[in-house]
Parts: sequence; structure tokens; C-alpha cells
Amino acid sequence: MKTGLIPDIAYALMTARLRQTLVAAAGVTFSITMFVALLGFMNGLNTLLDDLILNRSPHVRLYNDIKPSPVQPISMATAYKDDYHFISSVKPGAVRKELYNSGAILSALKADTRVAGVSPKVTAQVFYNIGPIDMTGVINGIDVENEQRLFFFANYVTSGRASDLEDVSNSVILGKGAADKMLANIGDIIQVTSITGDPLSLKVVGIFQSGIAELDKVQSYASIRTTQKILGKTNNYLTELQIKLHDMSTAPSVAKEYADLFRCDSEDIQTANAQFETGSSVRSLISYAVGITLLIVSGFGIYNILNMMIYEKMDTIAILKATGFSGSDVKLIFLVIALSIGFFGGLAGLIFGYILSLIIDNIPFVTAALPTIHTYPIDYNLKYYIIAAIFSLVTTYLAGYFPARKASKTDPVNIIRGK
Amino acid sequence: MDSNIVLKAQAIEKYFTDPEPFKVLDNVSFEILKGEFTSIVGKSGCGKSTLLYILSTMDTDYSGQLWIGGEDMKIKSEKELAAVRNEHIGFVFQFHYLLNEFSVLKNVILPGLKLQKLSPKDLEEKAMLHLKQLGIDSLAPKMAYKLSGGEKQRVAIARALINDPLIIMGDEPTGNLDHKNSEIVFDIFEQLSKEYGQSLLIVTHDDEFAARTGKTIIMEDGRIVQKN
Repeated sequence: MKTGLIPDIAYALMTARLRQTLVAAAGVTFSITMFVALLGFMNGLNTLLDDLILNRSPHVRLYNDIKPSPVQPISMATAYKDDYHFISSVKPGAVRKELYNSGAILSALKADTRVAGVSPKVTAQVFYNIGPIDMTGVINGIDVENEQRLFFFANYVTSGRASDLEDVSNSVILGKGAADKMLANIGDIIQVTSITGDPLSLKVVGIFQSGIAELDKVQSYASIRTTQKILGKTNNYLTELQIKLHDMSTAPSVAKEYADLFRCDSEDIQTANAQFETGSSVRSLISYAVGITLLIVSGFGIYNILNMMIYEKMDTIAILKATGFSGSDVKLIFLVIALSIGFFGGLAGLIFGYILSLIIDNIPFVTAALPTIHTYPIDYNLKYYIIAAIFSLVTTYLAGYFPARKASKTDPVNIIRGK
Repeated sequence: MDSNIVLKAQAIEKYFTDPEPFKVLDNVSFEILKGEFTSIVGKSGCGKSTLLYILSTMDTDYSGQLWIGGEDMKIKSEKELAAVRNEHIGFVFQFHYLLNEFSVLKNVILPGLKLQKLSPKDLEEKAMLHLKQLGIDSLAPKMAYKLSGGEKQRVAIARALINDPLIIMGDEPTGNLDHKNSEIVFDIFEQLSKEYGQSLLIVTHDDEFAARTGKTIIMEDGRIVQKN
């Protein structure tokens, strides 16, 4: 019974000043709407931009880098063991770009439970022969099936079929920029020459667009076998292993471990793409800051309106106190008012925020750089809705707490005698 | 303590410190017995209202002793005092009558809802009974702010009665009413006292009103100068 009495009085006070109450609630609704929509939109963009790079990047790359030997002959000489060695003009030796013993590494990786998948790769430097012009380019020999599973390869093949790389012999998927320069279309035959000078004719089976125009001017894709043929190598020649892990955060330690174990070079995604993570977190931070500012502003609105309501309702407070309502009852009444405004305003805000997100999600967003995107991206993560809901209750509680405390401390004698 | 004593005040003193120290109440002691209709009279500023607010437990800044229904009020917390006001004291003010946000009926039963001794349904029946007794049962569903001054005061009396209080206190309850309405209110008080044995303590500056009550306490400069 008593639990119903306090909300009952709170409700009566709110409906008596319906317009003020609605204005306060509208403030909360607006800020929650903007908070949810803004964060959804910001993080949608973040995810999109991150995916542009991160989705297609292996978590760990194993390869052989061109670099000088870390152990120079002089340091092996026992005679100068205790001396400091000054060596100038160190040059890298003749390293093979091939991964040694790639077959054994592959089977070791497949047995490792941390590894989600491995996609082998052969990179070949080539010249695209366009009439009299030779244009430099890179042909990546890939395992189409693995590349699709781990790096969503087909998403970026804007025309043609990715699987044709395996099905059609001597086939190639050209980067959009390269294809435009060569005026090549699907079905055309192009000429490439490897750096060792061996020419080969390739059939174009698709066009590839990564979203990074610079990359599309040089990169093309072929099957591993075709690439090995361009290079004139045997079918165990692999230059790179791309590894996806189950837990991306372990990449740095795993990369180091593999480098030691397989005696090759490794690179983890965090090192390779540090700038993207920084960008994402800064963007999130800004959107949180804006959203929270909106909520705090609406909190001040509620504070003002409750303060005004308490001044107007001094008589009511005095009568309630005189007839046996304690200070804490009075405080509770005003807190219930504040929290109701927060709850219902916030709830409406979540709904409107979702609707606004849906609207943004349907606004056309066509850009040559992002072939797979047609509308603005939105992240519908439940997290933002929960944060917004909690925040709306917390700010309204704080905004209501101080006026409510003032109301609870109001001395009824002063009011009753004051007239 | 004698169970017939509803309210006992002993050596109550109070100072105002603002603008300068000033003794408003000086050694005020008296008792109210069950069923007594007592009035406190005195000139403006003699401290009679101040005394009433101390007796009503709303003002706790005083020295001396106060018992209501045999319980010592000095040792109670703010919450406990609120409960005492709720259960044992019925209030009728000069100006601040009712909660405008509620209907007349709701105004009357609100202290009862807070007390939770009766179900809302029983409270409504009881409230209607009181309203009928006061001749205003037809006003029950109306919103409080639509009533006239005299009607409001009668509703306030019904509200004061809802929890069967030990004592009804009034601060100039007729001070803002015309002669006819004053008469009605006085008659109600008299009837409550005589027929139902209700104790009443009414502060007034209306000597005519005071002369008709069972007992009159006359105050001057914070002191009781005469009890009869």
C-alpha cells in the first residue's frame, strides 16, 4: 500500500505540471536519441574503416625479409670476442624470399589450436605489358578457398567470380586501377612478364577493388599454381603464410614465438596497423564525450525543472509533512519524479535512437572506394543502448537528488507561518 | 502518567536568535485532558503560534519536555515524529488547506493511506462518513482547488479526523473565514468535543471564539498568564 502511495503522489505532482514534466522528459529523450544514434553511426563507421584494413590483414604474417644477417663474421671470431665491433656498409646477403620448409610449417600451424586458419601466399613482382608500355605490378598467388574464408576475398571482387581463379588455368583477377589502365575486361588475355623476364599470358576472370585505390593500381590475384608458374618455381614455393588467430590480442606474442620456432620473420597485426586502432579509439572517445555532454545538459534541465517544481509545491510539501510524511518520504517523492522522467524519457530516447539509426542506415552512401557499401554503416550494438539507459537514470537521479534533498529539509513551520 | 492526559508540556522555552536573541516562550507548562476543548489566546507576537508548532512536533528547536499520549517527544527522531503527527495529531491550518492536485476524498484519506491501518476501501468509507457528518459529502469527487474557503476548512477537519487522532490542533482555523463559516467550524469543533470526546487545542486571537471553548489559556510575552 505504502509502496503505491509515494508513486501515486509523485504522479499527481507530475500531471499537475504536465507540460514542464514533458519538456524535461523531452530533453532526456533528445539526448538519449542522439547518444544512441551518434554512437551507432560513429562505431558503424569505425568498424567499416577498420574492416577495410583489419579484416583483410592476417593476424600474423610469416615471411623471409630482406635484411643483413644479425650475426656478422667478425663476431664469430674468438680473437675479438671481447671487443666492440664497428662495421660499416653492411649489406644483406643473397636471401631467398621463399619460406624454408613451408610444408612442415603449414602442418605445424594446422595442429596449433590457437590458429583459426592459414592461407599460404606467393608474391610475384611482374610487369604488365600494355603494348609498348611495361607497368610494374604485384601478383598475389592465393589459395582462393582459404583466402575467402579468412579474409572475405570475394567481397572485394566486384565483377567476375573469385572461384574461377582455381577453375580456369592461367587466370588472373586484376585490380580495378590496373584493369582500367590496361583497358582489360573479363575474358580478355593480358601479358605479364616476371622480373626474370619470362612472359606469360593470363586470362582476366574478374576485377578486384579493395577500396584503397593505390593498391588496386598494382595488385592482382592469381592462384598459387599460376603464380609459381610466372616465377618459374616448383609447387612447394611459398613466400608468405598468413595466419588468423582465434584471439587477435595474442598476435604479438604468437608472432614472436613463430619467428623463433620457424626461424623466419613475422609481423603481427597490432604492429602493422597500429594507426587504425588509435583512430578508432579516438573516434569512439569523441562520440562518447559528445553523447555524455548531451545527457549532462539534459540533467541540468531536469534539475531546473525540479527545483522550480519544489518552489511551487512548497505548500504541498508543508502539508505532507504536517500530516505525517517524513523528510525521507518527501525526498522519495521527488526522486520518483526525477527517475520517472529519466526512465520514460530514456525509454522513448532508446526507441527514437533506434529509429534514427534505421533512417541513417538507409541513407545511400556510395563511394568508389568502398564497393561493398551502399548505405551509411550503423553499429546496432546493444552496448550503446545499455550505456544510454544507465546514463539516463544516473543523470536524472543526480539531477533529482539535490532538489529532493532540499525538499526533504524544508521546514514546514516556516511555510505554514510564512503567509 | 495519567492515561487521561493527552498532551503534557513542561517548562517549554524557546529563543529566536534572529535578528537578536529574544525569548519567545518562557517556562510554558500545561496539560490537556482527553475530551477537552482548549483554546490559546493572546495578542499577535505573544508566542502562541510558536507554542503550537512546538506542541505539534514540527518545531523541534526548544528546551523543556513534551509528552503526547504519554510518549516523550524529545527523544524521537524526525521520522518518528512524522509518524506521531500522522497517527496522533490532526491539523487544521489558517491558510494552507489542501493538496490541489488531488480530489477532496483523496485529500481526506491521504494521512490514512500513509498510516496503513485501514485498507483504502475502508478509509474511503470512513472518509465519506466524516464528510457526511460535516455536510460536504457531495463534494467528495471534486478537485480540492474548486472549493470555497469554508468548504476547504471543513475538508481539512475531515482530514484531521481520518486517523482518529489523540488531539486536533488548529492555528487560527477560523481566522480566514467569514462569520457564518466561522460559526459552522466552531460548531463542528464543539460537537466533536462534546459528542465524541475529541481533544482539541485551538490557537486563536478571537476572544469570542475562545470564550465559548471549555478551557482557555491566555498568553502574554511568551508566558501563560491565565488558565481557566
